[in-house]
Amino acid sequence: MGRSGRDDGDTPDADFADSKKPDPTYADGMRKGLPVALALIPIGLTFGVLGRLDGLGTIAPVAFSALTFSASAQFAATGVVAVGGSIAAAVVSAGLLNSRFVPMGVAASSAFTGGRLRRAVQAQALADASWVLASRGDGTFDRKLLIGATVPQYVSWIAATWAGAIVGSQIGDPSRFGIDAVFPAFFLALLAGEVRDLRRFQVALVAAAITLALVPVLPPGIPLVAACAASLLAFLPPSAPRSDGSPRPAES
Amino acid sequence: MSRTWLLIAAVSVISFALKAAAPMISRGWELSGRTLAVVALMPAALLTALVLTETVTTGQHIVVDARLGGLTAAAVALRLRAPMIVVVVVAAAASAAIHAIAGQLG
Repeated sequence: MGRSGRDDGDTPDADFADSKKPDPTYADGMRKGLPVALALIPIGLTFGVLGRLDGLGTIAPVAFSALTFSASAQFAATGVVAVGGSIAAAVVSAGLLNSRFVPMGVAASSAFTGGRLRRAVQAQALADASWVLASRGDGTFDRKLLIGATVPQYVSWIAATWAGAIVGSQIGDPSRFGIDAVFPAFFLALLAGEVRDLRRFQVALVAAAITLALVPVLPPGIPLVAACAASLLAFLPPSAPRSDGSPRPAES
Repeated sequence: MSRTWLLIAAVSVISFALKAAAPMISRGWELSGRTLAVVALMPAALLTALVLTETVTTGQHIVVDARLGGLTAAAVALRLRAPMIVVVVVAAAASAAIHAIAGQLG
């Protein structure tokens, strides 16, 4: 715990990934995942409390967290059902929200090892924060960082859901505690570590424009996938010194 | 009760499949230098989209509410190099304060 606080906060370590450091281990991944796991606690508590309020009881929300391990999909699915939607509608909205894992899986695909089944199981470690932490910044991903970072998040996600479901109804409306801002802040912290050069800042601006333009006209989740198109800015000639150092001839 | 478990099972299967899809189909695409450069920029794009959808949208509507105040507080905390858990707690506190004030006024 004490040693984790120093170098795995919001400073982008990926910049130094190709210097003389040894290959990352699962333990390195777990250290990187620990602050994220802490940040997941209030979110998991909320899911447990809401699940209790929506009549899911104690066991179902915990099982949901253990089997799905995706905050956005779980909140979306229970939210749809809570307002009287059908199971099918709930599953579709959860699937749309998680459709971002397809391009993320394509990106990280070469990091996985072994046969199809083994790769499929390893890919379950895909989670937003882990995927970002495992990105080497040159378009490749580190499997041990990905899996290592997911382990503490998985544990805290399930434990926090369980705690939330236990205290459940005694808390009342969890929005009183500002829970609604936890998720945005969580992603902003990850983004701050990621936007480390001018090109990525430009990508963020374009992604913001795509998202805001598409949200009113497309189902939730699709704008997330569409915003990934902002990364096509990589085809523009470099306008600033590139921090990832990949030598890329601009033409021919 | 069985409705709940059907929901949990279906969402879990969908999530598993979406994460497994690409790694199962391919043993790892041989990505060209260009493609790798695109992939390298994807985290910034995806995270921006996640921040915005989680902060200023509800369903298909653009909504400005306490979440934006929380996000602003989070940005200040990040600027001061606060660790992630502090950033998250500060954001929650700011949003809670806005909810409390709005409750008093309403």
